[in-house]
Amino acid sequence: MTGVRLAKPWLDLDEAVIAALPGQLGVYEIADAKGATLELGFAGGRSRFGLRSAIAEAAAKHQAAARFRYEVTMQYWSRFEELLAVYLADHGELPPGNADRGDRRVGRIAATGG
Amino acid sequence: MDFELSPEQKLILETVRRFVREEIEPLEADLDPDASELPPHHRERLVAMTKELGFYGLDIPEEYGGPGIDLVTRTLMAFEMAQHRAGLYAPCYGVFGGAGLAQLYEADDGQKERYLYPVLRGEKRGFFALTEPSGGSDPARAIRTTAVRDGDDWILDGEKTFISGADKADFGIVFARTDPELGRKGITCFLVDTDMPGFRVRRIVHTLRSTHYAAELEFNRVRVPGRNVLGEVNQGFAIANDRLSRNRIPYAAGCVGVALKAQEMAIAYAKTRKTFGDYLSTRQAVQWMIVDNEIDLRTARALTLEAAARADAGKPFRTEAAICKLVASEGASRVVDRAMQIHGGYGMTKDLPLERWYRELRIRRVGEGPNEIQRLIVARDVIGGSFH
Repeated sequence: MTGVRLAKPWLDLDEAVIAALPGQLGVYEIADAKGATLELGFAGGRSRFGLRSAIAEAAAKHQAAARFRYEVTMQYWSRFEELLAVYLADHGELPPGNADRGDRRVGRIAATGG
Repeated sequence: MDFELSPEQKLILETVRRFVREEIEPLEADLDPDASELPPHHRERLVAMTKELGFYGLDIPEEYGGPGIDLVTRTLMAFEMAQHRAGLYAPCYGVFGGAGLAQLYEADDGQKERYLYPVLRGEKRGFFALTEPSGGSDPARAIRTTAVRDGDDWILDGEKTFISGADKADFGIVFARTDPELGRKGITCFLVDTDMPGFRVRRIVHTLRSTHYAAELEFNRVRVPGRNVLGEVNQGFAIANDRLSRNRIPYAAGCVGVALKAQEMAIAYAKTRKTFGDYLSTRQAVQWMIVDNEIDLRTARALTLEAAARADAGKPFRTEAAICKLVASEGASRVVDRAMQIHGGYGMTKDLPLERWYRELRIRRVGEGPNEIQRLIVARDVIGGSFH
């Protein structure tokens, strides 16, 4: 596996922490208290307050959400697709919050021959 | 060259223009500004519409089910289809269908059954792998991926980079060196399935295009059966070269399309935005920007149609394709840049599509052969001889 993981520190899903997040665009990962990923996502160009609002909205969807981490990037779409591909290669399935992709494929990074 | 539109062409273009403005643009208000895909239910609905209109699979040859529309008309349609936010790289979000990989039409019957027809039915996806870390502009010399015969099979070893769609593909068209002594005549084209042992997507390469990315590929003793050689052994360069020239015309047309839309936006804004008590459109500085846009646009449009007309007529069009690609990509970049300047701060925001076109057009000056290579092609044809 050579895909680039989201190697950022985990933060508690706390109102004050979220309120201090940047309004920039980027990607994020929401997890439960044991560290199991619940959803990978991105704050895109239509997000009201960038990562701050996108993470707050995503966390509200998951009752078990306890922590998160993020990365500021303008290439939020391709980085998000990369994170999905890395997760799929590592776990053989997508996080529960990303499972419904319709007929959209997830990329395979180093999934064969590695 | 006479480009007076026929009544049929006028009707087609009016239909496409209405489709873009009434069906595509309204959807973009809710999509992410960098999106290149539609939600599935909208996609299915719009594909059904283009099929009903008889416009689906525009670039598929007629004998394979395409509508049989000539290249000049398809180029005019491409001007229209690009006139929305995602229009440069995802014109109408693909609801007019694609042609797949053009090289597959040269495949033998067995290869068509295994690759071409599944692609046309939407069951398989392929990628085109020519460029390597050693270069992409001079593939005849830069290709270091090797293919060595082993019984009836070939063993491929090497790397490719800047390859689009490889991580989601079922197979690829891969160029490898089969005779190190023969230069461009020592390259062969292979159909490589992505589940063949030894093939792997090493990493994603992020670019200015947020939704589309490239990938780095590795071929580590990939065993490819002899029946997967596309065309003749050592004749792969001709397959690659033909594709590169032909693709430059629609590539240019997309640039013209977004530039037309940027100019329309610039004029509309200049006529409504006031500074110091009068409209921007009354200011000579702005008028000249709009005039320069018009000159760039008309030049690129005419040259792109000229290349398409020569291709339709069966005449050589390599020089014309090179010229239209470089003029359209450079001209459209200037048009969008000026349109951003006229829009001021709003031009820099993701509220408008200009910033996306600005980023994506920068890639167009490198993609499908950098513009320096286009100039080299023209110089070779105009002056003669070979340049090293």
